[in-house]
Amino acid sequence: MAYNTYSLKEAANKPERLVAGHRMCAGCGGPVAVRAVLRALKPEDKAVVCVATSCLEVSSCTYPYTSWRDSFLHTAFENAAASASGVEAAYTALKKRGKIKDTYKFITFGGDGGTYDIGFQSLSGAMERGTDMVYVCYDNEAYMNTGIQRSSSTPAFADTTTSAAGSKSDGKPQFKKDLTKIMAAHHIPYVAQSTFIGNFKDLHRKSETAVYTEGPAFLNVLAPCPRGWRYEASDLMEICKAAVETCVWPLFEVTEGEWVLNYEPKKKLPVTEYLKLQGRFKHLFEPGNEGLIEAIQDDIDKRWEELKSLCEM
Amino acid sequence: MSRRDRLSGNEAAATAIRQIDPDVIAAFPITPSTEIPQYISSFKAEGLIGTEFVTVESEHSAMSACIGASAAGARAMTATSSAGMALMYELLYVAASDRLPIVMAAVNRALSGPININADHSDSMGARDSGWIQIYSENAQEAYDNMLMANRIAEHPDVMLPIMICQDGFITSHAVENITIEDDSFVKDFVGEYNPEKYLLNPDESLGVGPYSISIFYMEIKRQQFEAMNNARAVIAKVSADFTARTGREYGMLEQYRMDGAELGVLLMSSSAGTGKEAVDMLREKGVKAGLVKIRVFRPFPAGEIAEALRGLKALGIMDKSDGFSGCGGPLGAEVRAALYGKSDNIKTINYVYGLGGRDVKVADFEEIFAELAAMRDGAELPDCRYHGVRE
Repeated sequence: MAYNTYSLKEAANKPERLVAGHRMCAGCGGPVAVRAVLRALKPEDKAVVCVATSCLEVSSCTYPYTSWRDSFLHTAFENAAASASGVEAAYTALKKRGKIKDTYKFITFGGDGGTYDIGFQSLSGAMERGTDMVYVCYDNEAYMNTGIQRSSSTPAFADTTTSAAGSKSDGKPQFKKDLTKIMAAHHIPYVAQSTFIGNFKDLHRKSETAVYTEGPAFLNVLAPCPRGWRYEASDLMEICKAAVETCVWPLFEVTEGEWVLNYEPKKKLPVTEYLKLQGRFKHLFEPGNEGLIEAIQDDIDKRWEELKSLCEM
Repeated sequence: MSRRDRLSGNEAAATAIRQIDPDVIAAFPITPSTEIPQYISSFKAEGLIGTEFVTVESEHSAMSACIGASAAGARAMTATSSAGMALMYELLYVAASDRLPIVMAAVNRALSGPININADHSDSMGARDSGWIQIYSENAQEAYDNMLMANRIAEHPDVMLPIMICQDGFITSHAVENITIEDDSFVKDFVGEYNPEKYLLNPDESLGVGPYSISIFYMEIKRQQFEAMNNARAVIAKVSADFTARTGREYGMLEQYRMDGAELGVLLMSSSAGTGKEAVDMLREKGVKAGLVKIRVFRPFPAGEIAEALRGLKALGIMDKSDGFSGCGGPLGAEVRAALYGKSDNIKTINYVYGLGGRDVKVADFEEIFAELAAMRDGAELPDCRYHGVRE
């Protein structure tokens, strides 16, 4: 697709490859991310989709049903990337032996639990080996499938069921792991961070680049969870916009080692504009907790400046 | 024409793999199976195989990649030992329930702790309930032959289950023996092509593998695995018979050694069978009615054949190279006794736990064991289970 004449209508009119009938919650970012990524596929190209154990997996391929038009593989929680690298190796071998003629693309989806944490080794290995695949993390910042437990992606002071906020606890004590940066440190051809913004041009373009870049690519997509973050289903887009406008979730990409910031807010909003939309941060607005918000703001400012310097801005 | 050559067990397994030339191998080094992926790498470096070699960062990823490759429609193999197999355990169950005919060259080694690199069967015994076919090899020749038969057994449409071909670490994997190697063309013809019915890369039909399956379906899937495992009996018999017809080397579910008229017997698996046979020969010379049964196929468990083979014995030593820590013996002991129950209840049995962590097992050990069995036959009261060859 030519992105100088990008049209959301045109993009959204492509045939869906994750179809209706899956059981994800209303207002969940997971299927929104998946559908956006799959739109990158040329209609004539085939794909094998691998999914780590997650809400997405248990809700989209429940025997004997499936929402996936493409071939689909789930093996376990911590090994989606390794499983996909086996599929890709099979494709390479069978193609060399003349048993396969079609072009296949390999796309893997994992939540932040399956990507930042338990599946991190498998992901790192598959990327380091140069597997020709896209790994997409739909990052909802906690283990949502088992009931909102903290992950290394959960932001500081968020209230989760294993980092409960209370009279003696501020919520999760640690700050979020910067996985996108870690993936960039693998020196793979393409790494990008995106979310659902405006006409989806950012995510659609990055998905296409990721799918059609030879070699490994990693996409990190902020994909909010209405139950875990505690927002109304209809607020999904507003929250994503706030994440970008406050620089909590900057949009950037690293192509062959070159860092590019894709969007710089005209006026960077204070982090409270993001936090106040979500029940998981409600306790931060109680009197006496001002210091916690300051600490979050400091961390975001620091990371934003670091990112800008990497992007030479 | 076949040829005679000096090969270690690892080299024998690797040679079989080269001749089979699978589509994908994913493996991670671990003593004592490390040589197998090393051979694969050197075969690739010399253009002797067309295999895609996925040099994963762990055994967990090795089995994950094998599952992905096999589900995609490729012939996939791996090799591992001990902790490596233990790291795969979760995925072994997935491979079996997905009905993927992955072949594993398993080189048996003790599990930690304490850490130990030598042979026992605790690794594959820990996987005995995972749904894999398990075949145990006495020596390098058997390791080679069993590897050649593995694909045809696993990939048979009535079976479609993963298979591990086990050999004892170091004792077999590193000992060099004179063995018969078949021609590459023979192997190609014997093993045949793999053309699965359902696979991810089928352009005409997309496929979902590994769906979430709740209680209304899970049990039917397990029931089909049970069926497949039972079907494997006939397939193993058929493939083994074909192999025997074409090579002259005989294979069944188990091997009986001098069991005709035997009163005292030992039952065991893998390399110690060679030592045991030597002891049986010596005892027979002295007039002791000794015999030996070696189990080749542990999964599916040949309960009927075992009961039949042991009929007529007065005392039996069931020899476990792993302790399941049930407190009353190892896994072989439990299953063999269950196989005898109601069929040959008059056989007195002791379950020996022996050879753990590479503890040497000599002909003299078998002589001691047969002496104990003779005492038991003659009325001595002995415990149901005892460790043999241990300082106590």
